[in-house]
Amino acid sequence: MANLRDIRRRIKSVKNTAQITRAMQLVAAAKMKKAQDQAIAGRDYAKQLKEVLVNLKENVGEDANPLLVKREGTRELVLVISTDKGLCGALNTNVFKKVRANVSPTADFVTVGRKLRTTLGKTGRNLIADFDVKDPVPFAEARPIAKFLTKQFLEGRYDKISVVFANFVNTLTQEPTIHQLLPIDPGGLGDEQAYEGVGKGDHGKADKAAALSKDYLFEPSPADVLGDLLPLYVNFQIYQMLVESRASEHSARMVAMKAATDNAKKFIKELTLEYNKLRQAAITSELLEITTAMKAME
Amino acid sequence: MSLQLEIVTPEKKVFSDTVENVYLPGTDGELGILEAHASLVSGLKPGELRYQKGGQTVTLALGSGFAEVTGHKVVVLTDSALGSDEIDEAKAEAAIQRAEEALKSVDHSVDAEEVAHLQAVIAKSLAQLKLKRRPH
Repeated sequence: MANLRDIRRRIKSVKNTAQITRAMQLVAAAKMKKAQDQAIAGRDYAKQLKEVLVNLKENVGEDANPLLVKREGTRELVLVISTDKGLCGALNTNVFKKVRANVSPTADFVTVGRKLRTTLGKTGRNLIADFDVKDPVPFAEARPIAKFLTKQFLEGRYDKISVVFANFVNTLTQEPTIHQLLPIDPGGLGDEQAYEGVGKGDHGKADKAAALSKDYLFEPSPADVLGDLLPLYVNFQIYQMLVESRASEHSARMVAMKAATDNAKKFIKELTLEYNKLRQAAITSELLEITTAMKAME
Repeated sequence: MSLQLEIVTPEKKVFSDTVENVYLPGTDGELGILEAHASLVSGLKPGELRYQKGGQTVTLALGSGFAEVTGHKVVVLTDSALGSDEIDEAKAEAAIQRAEEALKSVDHSVDAEEVAHLQAVIAKSLAQLKLKRRPH
């Protein structure tokens, strides 16, 4: 049985841990609120932008813009969005699982976030670029990433560009999601599987029906509008996915740290109980010794 | 008679209400939209958006973006939409300065996209300053 001093030391160290996890939980909770608000605010824009695009694509052919053209090849580039810091539960592991399940090992990778960059590097994947993104995510930081990926695609180095990220569902649920970024899939826009900011799969379908019944004027011309709109769409999607990932990260961390704090508290309780028992036993045995000694002296 | 106007930026939904009319800074010149306008999609350049509600005209400084008009609804997607009291003059001026400096260092013949972006930033900030400095 452990002695008193050991247990006392143990309690102290667990208390320290609990204090740290509690502080992290509070910090994550504050950041989580902000990140969630940002993610949810962006969804309105995502929805409207998509509506315009769905309408547009009914009015112009697929060949109108190189970003829409599907290619035969299989060279794939994958953007993996993970977190910079750990201690956020199984979030990064789940994202990595999604990568392993859905992406061929020969694909090249671009990463945001330190955690999976290391993991991907260790498992021998080919990383071609890495981006740093501040917290909270500024819209301007999505641009270099979008620009880089679009360039790789347009120069014909890759035939398909996908993104793997943790879609924010609610505080307790974050869903690792894979989304095809380029070519922009006109069929996929109304697809239930496609990423739409939230799991509102029916939305795209309704838009499609509505779009078909309308005759649009384009100013200056469909091709010009499309030429401006598509890069913006790519740009915004990346922004939205970054924001969703951030919201997921802080939510996951908050939950993980809350669990850690609760466990630590439970542990402290158990240890304290054992400590008290031991202390009592020690006092009893001490008393016993004294009385025995007294009896012997009589 | 009413027209539903929605102004959305990546950060938030700026405005959603019924108005009497809307004037938009289209890429080919200003567009005036009244109720029952034909369906239209137009690019927007940085400039001023005006709408009337209850006899009052409100002006917002817009960044670049898009507008979609369908019958009774106008959806404006833009990277920023600020009212006169939300505009930070110093910030807008600093943005112009930064963009102009960046513009000097970019090779115009190679990176057309970057140039276009920087010019858009300047135009946007100028539109904000113009609105802010107008006597009320």
